[in-house]
Amino acid sequence: MTLISRAGVEPLRIAPDAIEEAAKLLYIRALKVLPDDVKAGFARLDASESDGTAKAILATMIENIGVAERTDNLLCQDTGIPIFRVLIGRNVEVDGFALKQAIRRGTERATREHPLRSSVVHPITRRNDQTSCGLHVPVIDIDFTAAERELRLEMIPKGSGSENGSFLQMLIPADGMAGVKRFVIDAAMKAGGKVCPPVIMGVGVGGTSDLCMHLAKVAATRPLGSACADAEGAALEAALTEAVNSLGIGPQGLGGDSTAFAVHVEVAATHITMNPVAVNIQCHSARRASATFTPDGVAIGF
Amino acid sequence: MTHHVLHMPCDEAAIRALRVGDHVTLQDTLFGIRDATQIHMFDHGRRTRMDLRGHAVIHTAPNVRKVDKRGTNDSGYEAVCIGTTTSDRMERFTRPLLEREGVRIVIGKGGLRDDSLRAFADLGGVYLAIIGGTAALETTWIEAIEDVDLDDLHPESLWKFRIRDFGPLLVAMDSHGGSLYAEVQAKVADRRAAALAKLGVV
Repeated sequence: MTLISRAGVEPLRIAPDAIEEAAKLLYIRALKVLPDDVKAGFARLDASESDGTAKAILATMIENIGVAERTDNLLCQDTGIPIFRVLIGRNVEVDGFALKQAIRRGTERATREHPLRSSVVHPITRRNDQTSCGLHVPVIDIDFTAAERELRLEMIPKGSGSENGSFLQMLIPADGMAGVKRFVIDAAMKAGGKVCPPVIMGVGVGGTSDLCMHLAKVAATRPLGSACADAEGAALEAALTEAVNSLGIGPQGLGGDSTAFAVHVEVAATHITMNPVAVNIQCHSARRASATFTPDGVAIGF
Repeated sequence: MTHHVLHMPCDEAAIRALRVGDHVTLQDTLFGIRDATQIHMFDHGRRTRMDLRGHAVIHTAPNVRKVDKRGTNDSGYEAVCIGTTTSDRMERFTRPLLEREGVRIVIGKGGLRDDSLRAFADLGGVYLAIIGGTAALETTWIEAIEDVDLDDLHPESLWKFRIRDFGPLLVAMDSHGGSLYAEVQAKVADRRAAALAKLGVV
């Protein structure tokens, strides 16, 4: 029998129970503590906002972040659709099926034991099992990284107000980048105040239809201050951020400069006949939490 | 810009006195209502035993904890976190809420559309904007969950909250045809061409 681990290096082994505990903890923590990059984003918008009503709204949002931490309460009542990302590094040994079950159990326990509102229903019967779980939910994305003996579990409670601001169009090459840019501006206008601005607007460019939409979600849930790894994508996100904020939609759609903390772009190669573009939006309560498992233990962060 | 304090329920005159841009703080009673609540009430013909006449409803589905029915928690629930959802999905229920149930105030985020604005003018109603995503703060304005109906739709039940100093809320749509959302949308539409020109799109 061939050993999977490298000779002489003990693989990182993670018990399903540890994943379950982390999943429970991350769901609750994500709902309560906003990442530092998002808090910094609020400070930046507050400093640059020129509209009086918009400034007052931003001040209330900033106050709410403090109230949530002081009262150990949820930032927003929307517990969202739970999304987990599992990033498995090298020389890690994990039972993948057990890991998925553990994430589900952790989500159910967070919902029951905190307790949290279960925001998840069957799409046809609209039945709510009061567990935050259902068919294919929690959403679990699994990928592999180069990190040595490290497994990272990320949790995103994705609110519905902003998730309903999702758009996909299979543009064609003749539409060019002009079509892509027009699509993004029009998506921001259609979304208006419904998506709880200021937002992180995620844009997917290229790929297949499903990959394009996934790219938009990845872009919308990336930390503020991060840039697209592709130089063309990075240039596009800077230009789109400025253009979207020139529209004057403002916080809550009540006018102002602060429509988007940022527009993030993710790109993938596409077919010679295709030019797909997608938009997915993250609201101002841009919640994330993460647990990083290494041989030294578990580190909790954003 | 006037600041009004309204004790609920209120009458039509109190609503007609509100103008877009004014601020309102509510006292005493508030009802929570949402998509499923209104789908069942208006599409499936279900009725509530609660009297909503002259009252305010907020677009919400709260996080709650089950408790023994006692003292201030007659509903058997206490609040964990109560916030506000996007109103636009419930646009078509505004008129029946006002007409059939006698509701005077709708509280939500993101605004409602033209049909609601006409219903507010015809029937004497108003839309108060709360700041979405600030539920931790909003929860501190709620003293107790007094009652619940249609709880088979949980968490999209019909909730009765006892409130204290609920606000300030912004009058965003009034009973005189004023809508801050429509004003902003018109300005945004005017800026579309300039935004595209910035991107080199003509």
